[in-house]
Amino acid sequence: MKMDRRNFIRMCGLGLLGLGATKADKIFADVTKSKYLRTASLQGKRWAMVIDSRKCNDCDDCVAACHKVHNVPDINKKEQEVKWIWKEGFHGTFPDLGHQYMTEKLEKRLFPILCNHCDNPACVRVCPTKATFKREDGVIMMDYHRCIGCRYCMAGCPYGARSFNFQDPRPYIKNMNNEYPTRTKGVVEKCNFCAELLVKGELPLCVQACKKGAITFGDLNDPASPVRKILENEATIQRKPSLGTYPSVYYIV
Amino acid sequence: MYDKKIIIPILAVIVVVLTYPIWSLFGKGAAAPELDLNTPEIQALAEKECIEDTEFMRSNHMELLNEWRIKSVREGTNVYVASDGQEYEMSLQNTCLSCHSNKENFCDSCHSYAEVNPDCWDCHVGGEL
Repeated sequence: MKMDRRNFIRMCGLGLLGLGATKADKIFADVTKSKYLRTASLQGKRWAMVIDSRKCNDCDDCVAACHKVHNVPDINKKEQEVKWIWKEGFHGTFPDLGHQYMTEKLEKRLFPILCNHCDNPACVRVCPTKATFKREDGVIMMDYHRCIGCRYCMAGCPYGARSFNFQDPRPYIKNMNNEYPTRTKGVVEKCNFCAELLVKGELPLCVQACKKGAITFGDLNDPASPVRKILENEATIQRKPSLGTYPSVYYIV
Repeated sequence: MYDKKIIIPILAVIVVVLTYPIWSLFGKGAAAPELDLNTPEIQALAEKECIEDTEFMRSNHMELLNEWRIKSVREGTNVYVASDGQEYEMSLQNTCLSCHSNKENFCDSCHSYAEVNPDCWDCHVGGEL
């Protein structure tokens, strides 16, 4: 076969390209040929919560249940505290709704608040590493492996639902739950709508823990779901609706 | 060359000193760690096999765990179907460590021998804590 120098170099280049392609193929392939399954499907769902504040009283069962299982540290310094679900007065919960002649009962009432798992989440838009992302079923998840601790999401979230780990949280966890990870210094954390239970078809811990049945959980896309039933029959509000985040947590006041 | 008698011995000493870390290790390879598989949970198993065969796990466990991380955190799957059809919950803490409950004699012994420092344990609760 006759080949001039130019063609020879061209063929060499092509050959190298081919070599690179096989390598890249191996890099992106999964190590296993195995399959991955979900016990509960994510498709077509949009998880939501309705909190009936009339039934909610002084207890802290929802907070305790969540923080115990998820290894949320108990840090006393207010500016460094970590919380997934906590309680706030009316004016803290609905800053644009209160007025000076509200009933005393409403003035004193405490509302459980948590990540709203917004349909249009500001935190997801600002996260530079996609460490926080919106799942198909509407749950706003944190991938702590990717979080670089820039705290843009904390600035973006209008509900203060995110906490930063200013230090190693482990010394502040009294009873470690060995079945759930902790977080580490330098990552942001928040409520995950109990994604680890949803995948097994179970209800979130705060819903299970509430003895008064004040918290209802379900699929917004399913007209027969308990949340949709309540939303149809009761007057419900969201926190800071004017911001256009479309929260998935609704309140009955 | 001037001062040959001084320069050459000094050069030789410098070469010896600089290469000391290399030749001092010849023939002194640290023994490969013995992995301890003797935990009550493994003893209780009828068939003492990991989720995939030993050879695969030994060379690919880190990539398998990375894959599990992506599939469970980002894609919302929770069950791994092994090549023999068995199904396992994808969890470092609740699946891997439930058998390998001796993290120090299993994970750590090899990782410190190979001088790798995976940061899994910053968050995942492992072994005795």
